[in-house]
Amino acid sequence: MSRAILALEDGSVFEGSAFGAPARRAGEVVFNTSITGYQEIFTDPSYAGQIVILTYPQIGNYGANSEDSEAGRPYIEGLVVREFSSIASNWRSQQRANELLESHGVPVIAEVDTRRLVRHLRTRGVMRGVLSAAGGGAAELVEAARNTPCMAGLDLATRVSVKDRYEWEPPAEPRFNVVAYDFGIKRNILRRLAQTGCRVTVVPALTRAEDVLALRPDGVFLSNGPGDPEPLRSQVEQVRALLGRTPVFGICLGHQILGLASGGRTYKLKFGHRGANHPVLNHLTNRVEITSHNHGFAVDPDSLDPSITELTHVNLNDHTLEGFRRRDVPAFSVQYHPEAAPGPHDSLYLFDDFARLMEECRGGR
Amino acid sequence: MPRRDDIRRILIVGSGPIVIGQACEFDYSGTQACKALRADGYQVVLLNSNPATIMTDPELADCTYVEPLTPEFAEQVIRRERPDALLSTVGGQTGLNLSVALAEAGVLDRYGVELIGAKVDAIKKAEDRLLFKDAMRRIGLESPDSKLVNNLEDALAYAGRVGYPVVLRPSFTLGGTGGGIAYNREDLIEILDRGLALSPVHEVLIEESLLGWKEFEMEVMRDLAGNAIIVCSIENFDPMGVHTGDSVTVAPAQTLTDREYQMMRDGSLACLREIGVDTGGSNVQFAFHPETGRMVVIEMNPRVSRSSALASKATGFPIAKIAAKLAVGYRLDEIANDITRKTPACFEPAIDYVVVKIPRWQFEKLPGAEPVLGTQMKSVGEVMAIGRTFKQALAKGMRSLETGKAAAAEVFDESLIPQKLITPTPERLGYVFHALRRGHSLEQVREMTTIDPWFLQQIKEVVELEKRLEAESLETVSPATLLRAKRDGLSDAFLARTWKTDALAVRERRKQLGIRAVFNRVDTCAAEFESFTPYLYSSYESECEAEPASRKKVMILGSGPNRIGQGIEFDYCCCHASFALQESGVESIMVNCNPETVSTDYDTSDRLYFEPLTLEEVLNICDTEKPSGVIVQFGGQTPLTLALPLKRQGVPIIGTDPDSIDLAEDRKRFGKLLDDLGIPSPPNGTATGADEACEAARRIGFPVLVRPSYVLGGRAMAIAYDEETVRRYVQEAVVFSRERPVLIDRFLEDATEVDVDALSDGEDVLIAGVMEHIEEAGIHSGDSSCVLPAISLGGIERATIESCTVRLARALKVVGLMNVQYAIKDGTVYVLEVNPRASRTVPYVSKATGVPLPKVAVGLMLGRRLREMSNLTGGLAQGCLPVPQFFVKSPVFPFNKFPGVDPALGPEMRSTGEVMGVGVNFGEAFAKAQLSAGTPLPDKGCAFLSVNNRDKAAALEVARRLSEFGFSLTATRGTAAALQAAGLRVKTVLKVNEGRPNGVDLMKAGAIQLVIYTPAGAHSFSDERVIRRAAIANRIPCITTMSAARAAAEAVAYRRRDPVRVWSLQEIHRGQQSAQG
Repeated sequence: MSRAILALEDGSVFEGSAFGAPARRAGEVVFNTSITGYQEIFTDPSYAGQIVILTYPQIGNYGANSEDSEAGRPYIEGLVVREFSSIASNWRSQQRANELLESHGVPVIAEVDTRRLVRHLRTRGVMRGVLSAAGGGAAELVEAARNTPCMAGLDLATRVSVKDRYEWEPPAEPRFNVVAYDFGIKRNILRRLAQTGCRVTVVPALTRAEDVLALRPDGVFLSNGPGDPEPLRSQVEQVRALLGRTPVFGICLGHQILGLASGGRTYKLKFGHRGANHPVLNHLTNRVEITSHNHGFAVDPDSLDPSITELTHVNLNDHTLEGFRRRDVPAFSVQYHPEAAPGPHDSLYLFDDFARLMEECRGGR
Repeated sequence: MPRRDDIRRILIVGSGPIVIGQACEFDYSGTQACKALRADGYQVVLLNSNPATIMTDPELADCTYVEPLTPEFAEQVIRRERPDALLSTVGGQTGLNLSVALAEAGVLDRYGVELIGAKVDAIKKAEDRLLFKDAMRRIGLESPDSKLVNNLEDALAYAGRVGYPVVLRPSFTLGGTGGGIAYNREDLIEILDRGLALSPVHEVLIEESLLGWKEFEMEVMRDLAGNAIIVCSIENFDPMGVHTGDSVTVAPAQTLTDREYQMMRDGSLACLREIGVDTGGSNVQFAFHPETGRMVVIEMNPRVSRSSALASKATGFPIAKIAAKLAVGYRLDEIANDITRKTPACFEPAIDYVVVKIPRWQFEKLPGAEPVLGTQMKSVGEVMAIGRTFKQALAKGMRSLETGKAAAAEVFDESLIPQKLITPTPERLGYVFHALRRGHSLEQVREMTTIDPWFLQQIKEVVELEKRLEAESLETVSPATLLRAKRDGLSDAFLARTWKTDALAVRERRKQLGIRAVFNRVDTCAAEFESFTPYLYSSYESECEAEPASRKKVMILGSGPNRIGQGIEFDYCCCHASFALQESGVESIMVNCNPETVSTDYDTSDRLYFEPLTLEEVLNICDTEKPSGVIVQFGGQTPLTLALPLKRQGVPIIGTDPDSIDLAEDRKRFGKLLDDLGIPSPPNGTATGADEACEAARRIGFPVLVRPSYVLGGRAMAIAYDEETVRRYVQEAVVFSRERPVLIDRFLEDATEVDVDALSDGEDVLIAGVMEHIEEAGIHSGDSSCVLPAISLGGIERATIESCTVRLARALKVVGLMNVQYAIKDGTVYVLEVNPRASRTVPYVSKATGVPLPKVAVGLMLGRRLREMSNLTGGLAQGCLPVPQFFVKSPVFPFNKFPGVDPALGPEMRSTGEVMGVGVNFGEAFAKAQLSAGTPLPDKGCAFLSVNNRDKAAALEVARRLSEFGFSLTATRGTAAALQAAGLRVKTVLKVNEGRPNGVDLMKAGAIQLVIYTPAGAHSFSDERVIRRAAIANRIPCITTMSAARAAAEAVAYRRRDPVRVWSLQEIHRGQQSAQG
């Protein structure tokens, strides 16, 4: 079994066994506390630029299949686990998890004390790191980690976005035309929109508002995606131009973009929210939803003008903002992932809310 | 939605005695509920018949009733206490059933008591299999194909349609009692017959077989606002076909993708909503077809269950406590997570370790029972282990079981591999290891067991590691390989066996190499937030999170898995020890591996180590914590066997010195002590071989009692009337060695047995209780009913017992608790055995006297004198504690679960639990105890007597009383003649071997309400056995000794004379408390 090393910018070094591809990759080192759903995590484009630690210690148990990917390939830079299964056991499994990562050049380090690593990041905050399953000395890798660009200020969304517009497989009887901005969109969002009766046209991150409106959408969807929302000035500009002209629904990065477009600010969280167990209180229903999270940045609720925005969702763990809606125009967004995959389905109603909003606007037109 | 102010006083119903399928997990849930509600300002009225529980401690409720769990007695409690609400969901199936019965009888309406937790409609929908299936169909969840039948014809027709095997489940029975899998017509007829008889509604569900499907459980919580969360998922290692209580289970689920997991989650939440469980915890079970992924819902429990106890311990999320708060109106998001403090309880625990539960069976104590696992639960206890990986957790779990056999040292028969893998038995897990070691492929094992390949692969990897280690030695092994072995859970003892050295040498070597156990925290959040609760498990990771405190601390070693003879009573003692330490300002550290208990609640002690009770693990904790004292005398035999080895490693044992413990257990040394003190004991000897044993028996004189040394609960004890039996016993029944010889004692026939619990500080000795057994000597003390105060002891006998106890305590320098067993025969008081530790009767005596014995004992161990603690003992430092009223403790047996087992009592303990009856006279206390034990004595009807010649005089006396009470009498020929000779009217009936109609026929016909049947010796054995079995099957009280028959007559007298009345422990001991206060 060959060795792998994870080196962090603060000089910490973790050694373990190498799996996946014999490669060296750099990125921001983050942790996710979901117990199930590693394949969805591997393939979620929001993880571009990130080395992911999974806190659940037994990973790979049920293999990988063609149905559970959130994009065409894994987007994580590297994977850190306690134990990586040598076999895959599930009736839907088509390959081992290791094969999926290996074939896409993603290195894995296993046998790492992931709990210690997580405690370290929890205390010190997320940091940059290098995962090498392709050799290299500890000192050299630490140096490389320090030379990795910071996540703050990085526009990764444009990089992972599609280059050309395409249409997602439409439902049998489409009720709405939706244009979805792809900042790194997860397939399950597209599936959920389709299930809600939407014919979805996916457009590149830099599509101009006028071009979107030319498609005569019933609503516009702003997707999740990787990186810092701040540099996405042009996208924010386009969204601002869309507000009031078509209903808008945003998830995750899409929520942050809507926040910026509504005059708010975003900031970086110490170690982010990544997991499938976050309690979010919906102020409108006074119900708690258990939600799936994957974000390192958040919208500062104090930066939003209460006369035009209503805070609708709050995280009960740390009271960060999880959702708001515009009072003046038909637009709303959530920071978390109602489409789940992985995670609980408590918030699927948001897709219906979007449909209802589109319905209302169409009626009023 | 804040707490409800319209209710003020809440009745909590417990689950009664420990039985298979309903054990101390409900003490844990009830205790949590009591604490949570009282902390919130509610008054709690508690009803439970089990005195060994923590929940029945007078300190935990405002009013505590140790009374029968019947509607009649519960109504009396309600009438006196007038609670506003009844919490139905924390007392297991018994609590739920009683709640429904009270509601249906109109009692709750009559007294204006609101049912909280689950309403009657919801309970019915969940419990009634047909209503449940309908409900599931409405929400689109598939259930197994099935049909409810009440006759054979329908059952056969159904089985003909779906094909064998079919599963049978009697309606409304506990732990799957009476259920089974029928592989053919004959099986079907037999199981159906039994199931219909056991079902209170005479119904059995017959169902398509899901044998081999993957089985899962989801633990769900819901609040009144409709917020719902999953606390934990559990995957069964053993596929469908083995009751989940008898399966090795793993948390969280290991082999489901997120998509399938979320299907179960959605299904569970929908199920709760549809059934209408307003608040609290529920458990929903699912099965997946391993090839197609078809998901079906199996059942749901609308209450806190065994699995919720496991899930609570596995995640650190206190389900019962939260359930209690939800029942009084709180929302999940209004309750804080105790462990992180900053986050709410409305979340789903994220765990970063693996939990394995392994059941503990005791077929060896139940000869005649078939050790095959099926749909009816048969295990008596369980262990849980936490590891960073499945391998580590599994290995820790296996050594937590204390089977007395090390996995690798077990004897396996190669030729039995297919059979042992195909038919689930307690040995299957061992045989999976064995088969893989012997080179069977994973696919072969998979095919025979249908266990998921992922689990088998883990075991295979361990077996491969074992092979690599065999090529090494203690000297040659590399640090990396040794670390790998420890990370995969292999014990020092296992490595020592592999390398032909001893475990302490392995320990030394690995410590030299820097390989030490560290401790990780169970924190509900996978380290995302800081944890404030030191709930710890060991691992071989790189960072220790124990953060030991520097203040004075004492470690308590718990009692491990529940077993017959070592159960909840010891957990009671351990918990009290912990509370007492905290009150004395000493940090308490608990070590235990039993997930059902109160002791493994992270709330009970200052620090909790969820670890196997092995020398290795305990020493690892001592290395980290460096406790100033370790208490071994509260956890039964488990910690006692560790006492000397720990002391040799320099661990400070407090209380009675381990050497005194050894002295009391060592035949020769103890015999000499008794001689020196001039205290008589039955003639005895020891032997390490059959010839030696026979010779000793001849010298001592028959009958003799033979048994191995160092046992609890009379494991493998026998009474031998001849040499042949002694020889067979020594050759077949026990494992012995030079250090652990076979013990042989003269058996004192017809003696009265007395149990004494005492407190001692080494000088002053306070006798806490002198308990008189209702069964005579020869019946294991744990299986005999006993009474406080003693009812037939003479003044001289009593004085002798007290003086012997004092002298023994001083001679053994007992500091803390001591138990002595005496037998009185022909006026002589003999010492049978001395145990310088807490005994099984400590909770019972504590409740009867109102004095918290373990608390006093802890004070003594911390160096205080009895005189300094007289505020706790009603002013006494010597003499004997007074007992107001009468308290009878009666055992509860598992015979209804094991149709082949002879229920005759003997020196081998077989009861799983106990109950207590309280009365102003002995008859009342005994009658209540028998009622609580599930064998209510009749107040009218026909008594059937058949006694041996020796008992005829006594039988006459009993028969006369019964006749005076209006009973008609039936007897076998000899007995009838004796009774008729004395002028009683008796009908003669045939013995079973004489022809028909006989006693059994009369029982089946319902013509007999009480059986008095004393054994006449080996020649009539089969006849007796049939009678006893028939009595159990027809739920007729069957009394096998004359002393018990006399007690029964007293009880009948009470039933005809006194009203139904109840007392709370608080009012009984009010005098005691005012003396304290």
